[in-house]
Amino acid sequence: MADHQDHSDDHGQGFYLKIWAILVVLLILSILGPVVAPHIAFGFIKAWMITIMAAFGIAVVKAYLVAANFMELNIEKKYISYLLTGMLTLMLLFFAGTAPDVMEHQGQHWENVAAREEIQRGLEAEAAAAAHGGAHEQHEH
Amino acid sequence: MSTTRPIATTRSATGIPTGRLAVWWVLASEIVIFGGLLGSYVMHRIGHPEWAEYASHTNVWFGGTNTFVLLTSSLFAVFAHHAAEHGDGKTAAKWLLATSVGAATFVGIKAAEWTGEIHHGYTITANGFWEFYYTAAGLHALHVIAGAIIMLIIANEARKGKELHRVELVGIYWHFVDIVWIFLFPLLYIAK
Amino acid sequence: MAEVGTVETHDTHHAQSFWSKYVFSTDHKMIGMQYMFTGMVMAMIGGYMAYAFRMQLAFPGQSVPGYGLVSQGEYNSLVTNHGSIMIFWVAMPILIAAFGNFLIPLMIGADDMVFPRINRLSYQLFLLSAIILIVSFFLPGGGFGGAWTSYPPLSANADYNLTPYGATFWICAVALEFVAFLLGGINFITTLMNARAPGMKMHDIPMVAWMIVIASILFMASVGPLIAGAVMLFMDQVVGTGYFDPSRGGDPILWQHLFWFFGHPEVYVVLLPAMGIVAEIICTFSRKKLFNYKLILYTTFATGIISFFVWAHHQFIAGIDPRMANVFTITTLIISIPIAEMVFLYIATLYGGSIRLTTPMLWALSFIAEFIIGGITGIFLGASGSDIYFHDTYFVLAHFHYTFFPIAIIGFFAGITYWFPKMFGRMMNETLGKIHFWGTIVTFNCIFITLFILGAAGQHRRIYDYLNFPDLAGLQPLRVFATSALLVMLAFQLVFLFNFVYSLFKGKRAGKNPWKANTLEWTAASPPPHGNWAELPNCYRGPYEYSVPGREDDYWPQDLPPDTAPAE
Repeated sequence: MADHQDHSDDHGQGFYLKIWAILVVLLILSILGPVVAPHIAFGFIKAWMITIMAAFGIAVVKAYLVAANFMELNIEKKYISYLLTGMLTLMLLFFAGTAPDVMEHQGQHWENVAAREEIQRGLEAEAAAAAHGGAHEQHEH
Repeated sequence: MSTTRPIATTRSATGIPTGRLAVWWVLASEIVIFGGLLGSYVMHRIGHPEWAEYASHTNVWFGGTNTFVLLTSSLFAVFAHHAAEHGDGKTAAKWLLATSVGAATFVGIKAAEWTGEIHHGYTITANGFWEFYYTAAGLHALHVIAGAIIMLIIANEARKGKELHRVELVGIYWHFVDIVWIFLFPLLYIAK
Repeated sequence: MAEVGTVETHDTHHAQSFWSKYVFSTDHKMIGMQYMFTGMVMAMIGGYMAYAFRMQLAFPGQSVPGYGLVSQGEYNSLVTNHGSIMIFWVAMPILIAAFGNFLIPLMIGADDMVFPRINRLSYQLFLLSAIILIVSFFLPGGGFGGAWTSYPPLSANADYNLTPYGATFWICAVALEFVAFLLGGINFITTLMNARAPGMKMHDIPMVAWMIVIASILFMASVGPLIAGAVMLFMDQVVGTGYFDPSRGGDPILWQHLFWFFGHPEVYVVLLPAMGIVAEIICTFSRKKLFNYKLILYTTFATGIISFFVWAHHQFIAGIDPRMANVFTITTLIISIPIAEMVFLYIATLYGGSIRLTTPMLWALSFIAEFIIGGITGIFLGASGSDIYFHDTYFVLAHFHYTFFPIAIIGFFAGITYWFPKMFGRMMNETLGKIHFWGTIVTFNCIFITLFILGAAGQHRRIYDYLNFPDLAGLQPLRVFATSALLVMLAFQLVFLFNFVYSLFKGKRAGKNPWKANTLEWTAASPPPHGNWAELPNCYRGPYEYSVPGREDDYWPQDLPPDTAPAE
């Protein structure tokens, strides 16, 4: 099988170790996100928004680092990257076409009664448990 | 397996070796499978605010440790590829073995995590969130196990200096498994 | 590093055992045959089911000869499995896996697919999926009765569908079939991309090879969400999760979207190979090059892309967001344009040609004619306003039979009558072929034009006895007529079966190139040996150089070096 002609000694093990270190740092940041977010929140930027943006933003960066450097997509033929991003785009399309029906539980002329009731039941059960339990086993460890 | 390799397999009109080209197409198909599942999860998660409470019971330390395990095993896979590129089958096999150990660790940690969660009553039929949690992480774990098995087979051949190009191919697959988890981690453990 | 010489020495030393030659073969031609014969057997099973339920519709409550009484539950199982079998176990294996496997390596000048063992695995998985499906018919409760679209909660809840084992076996069979075609598809795509003969550029590839590969790409890009959905449905059925149960946090509409996001590209997955087969045949039998090859190719790409944007036209009255319905109406009407354009290009190919009305050509021409009817009736369904009336009526059913029948059945007959000499080294009988053709086409139209009329009159689908509906009971003579036409059509298939089997053993021996065609498969022996050629060919020109001015012969094979005196 043809080897990468322009690859062999371009990157020693040290380069990959560096990428790995960056990935681990990003991982730690994403775990700290929910802890730090309430302290950064201000105005209309709520804590949960910061958590989500940080968590998924970091995930995208990590994925890019793995794809470009570990999978070596940055030196692969371009159309492979287009193929893979094309598939991702299809997933966005699927989401866009399906979410108005599944994510929303009401529209201009309709209402998903069963879902609304189920959400009600869930929220009520949680409120009751919270009122009941107080310092009960809400957390895992 | 006694079939000799056809001439067709050795041709490369695109310039990309056939095996690697095929792995990219495998990844393309896996993106839409996981994309469909995770997209469905996101839709439900956004539409069901009561899932936030259910989700708060996932353990970010288990999840984070597993993320670390996969990232490190990906590094090992890259080292294996590096060794194979230089024709060193024995070292490549060692690094692939290390990657497989990472896979086993991942599965082991997950088993411990799930056992705990099931004992707390968070079973797959408990509610919508946990359904998706076990299905998505479970499908991912199946891919981890399958990848580890394939990796061991390839490591065995690499040890004897054979089919070294396959080290890179299984590595690419493994990085994809890693990337899926990179997204599963915030979805299931951080977005509460 | 090319391994030279492995091809010739592979199997000439020892005779292969029955098992290694026929059952465990990795040769693409043998695997193609395996897919084809499996598909033909499944077609007979699916046709038998159609016979049973049409007899029930024409003569409700009466015992069907060769089947027995069709109960309500059995009716549901019959229509469900008829649809599933015809799409997943007949159309796809025959058009994509059988013709793809047989033709692609031959047409690109390769000695096999690039992954012969994965090829074998994909057939074995496919066969397993067919076996699982057939086994489901004999389990308690019988075969799955929730329609081929398998909407929950009917499909998720055994209390509703009354076919608990059938439902689970069905979803497993479908999922396994998907995996088989994913594996096969990757093989086809990689082979076409990488293993072409030296000199064969992208636009020298025969159109049918392109079509099969593009279909494989479409399949791969669309089936993922449905595989996720199949896992979810399986969990609902077996584990008791509530993925599609709104009272437990799920949503049945999610299944519909997952299914149709795949379901719509799927129809193009099966359409494209059929159009490819027709393209090959019309060029050969009009002695003309394909009109604007590049435009056809780019239009196919465009159609494939647009096909991802139309799926919810299957859900117009399912309660989707009406603003979505607007969007999908527009995209659905838009997609009719590239398809119509391709039909025009085919007609332009025929125009002014030296037409030979051989059996394959008759099938190819009838494909164009019948598919036009199917396509035009689709417009009524693609517009959400009229679809409100037509959805779930026999109008839809007739529309998709006017598209699927040309694709799966006419496409198969066109392909098999054209490539039979290459596959088996013998010619089929032309007279019997023409009798079979006319007997099939006339009866086909008799059946389905009747069904258009019934649908427009308001006859809904998936009902086992229309005599219960006062408004529709009076149309019973039409149903009897349609069923009678079906019986005649099935009888004419015996002509084909006889022709096929007889020609296999006693047909006139065929040379390498009985049709005087250009593409590379016609330069190999009939049938080609293992490895296809002793020396793999090179490619010097496009595939449709027919009637080139200044040449003595009206065809110019792709492998002849330039400026050579034409061969015999």
